[in-house]
Amino acid sequence: MNTERRLIVPAAQLQIILERLCEELVEQHGQFENTVLIGLQPRGTLLASRLHQILEKRIQAPIRFGVLDVTFYRDDFRRRDEPLIPSATHIDFSMEGKRVVLVDDVLFTGRTIRAGLDALLDFGRPERVELVVLVERLYTQEFPIQPDYCGRRVNTLAGEKVVVSWKETAEEDNIWIFSN
Amino acid sequence: MSALSTKHLISIKELSTADIETIFNTADNFKEVINRPIKKVPSLRDITIANVFFENSTRTRLSFELAEKRLSADVINFSASGSSVSKGETLIDTVKNILAMKVDMVVMRHANAGACEFLARNIDAKVINAGDGAHEHPTQALLDAFSIREKYGKVAGLKVAIIGDILHSRVALSNIFCLQKLGAEVMVCGPTTLMPKYIAELGVQVSHNVREALEWCDVANVLRIQLERQATRYFPSLREYTLHFGINRKLLEAVGRDITIMHPGPINRGVELNSDVADSSQSIILNQVENGVAVRMAALYLLAN
Repeated sequence: MNTERRLIVPAAQLQIILERLCEELVEQHGQFENTVLIGLQPRGTLLASRLHQILEKRIQAPIRFGVLDVTFYRDDFRRRDEPLIPSATHIDFSMEGKRVVLVDDVLFTGRTIRAGLDALLDFGRPERVELVVLVERLYTQEFPIQPDYCGRRVNTLAGEKVVVSWKETAEEDNIWIFSN
Repeated sequence: MSALSTKHLISIKELSTADIETIFNTADNFKEVINRPIKKVPSLRDITIANVFFENSTRTRLSFELAEKRLSADVINFSASGSSVSKGETLIDTVKNILAMKVDMVVMRHANAGACEFLARNIDAKVINAGDGAHEHPTQALLDAFSIREKYGKVAGLKVAIIGDILHSRVALSNIFCLQKLGAEVMVCGPTTLMPKYIAELGVQVSHNVREALEWCDVANVLRIQLERQATRYFPSLREYTLHFGINRKLLEAVGRDITIMHPGPINRGVELNSDVADSSQSIILNQVENGVAVRMAALYLLAN
């Protein structure tokens, strides 16, 4: 298969976007007393832990942080060719009455976020849920789901794929569009 | 493509090591789920599962039912006593009638070895073996190995002794296959009359001395003496069995090693296992029960895929 990739956000710019997202979060949540940060497995967790680091440094206070796996809540179970293999969930606090910031890297159809909302409610009733994404693909949502904080909005074709690579797993922080 | 290499779960023998690892990794996640305040996920929302039990069971049946309910599946239960089986209905007819009610998976326990294999060949639904005669009890072996892995962080390289009635035990056979696939060494120990003839052919060590087995092993999986199958007198009396093969605190202290004690249940207290061992910190018997739900959830989830 001949795959072509195109860089849409280079590392330096990605860093600025992350800092801007954090500023926006601080504007809304202040010292994060009642706010928790939840990364969606598998790809949202690296973004979430990056935001978590920047935010803790920025406000000089600890912020509650968890990762949530939504595999068991997906609506496309048995409708896919490849099996859905779950990742771990680590949330050691209740969501009851908390303001929750859900973090994922790319908003595409919105189905992962929908499953995430379902999964979240199994940990209690949050006061409010907000969504942070690094990339929102325009006009592709299959549910009425929109981000509250968005790094970059991109127009893509149906066959294309947006991939965020992090220096923890790839050589550099970048955002790419892959097309076949 | 399926997550496992098999369509049904009939025996450990037909599973690959990768299958077992996949089940364990998935069970890790389900174990986290069943320790949440809300212990339920919607994965099998649109699936109906029949638990068909032709033999008595408490633990396995409750464990399967709980696993199914925690996955949000619809569950129907069938037990042979009080059913049309006593009117002479055949196995296939019974199950086909249940399947006509649109059931997707069947969990079956049967007194005859091979009953699940037979069923799997003749019906469309997925079949999970919950124990067939003296053949296999795959989910029990999986939860046993999962509990060992949980305690030691690994199974490979450990020495596991299976002690008791090996002859009538489906748990023993499934455990031997499962532990060997995961790289553990296995010894079976019991009276000569309760030892299958060619058991050493499976590559296990055979002992008739419980002290020797305990001195050798890291984990002792103690099996139940099946009192209901003692009509033929495999040993002179229960007291004599207890004297030679019963495990008590004094014996464990004499052996002087920190051995993990397991038992698939139900325990005959004071026969194969004394209360001062069964209720001690060395015993992981109740962990086995907890893990049973997680491992069965994983098996059901992966087979439904």
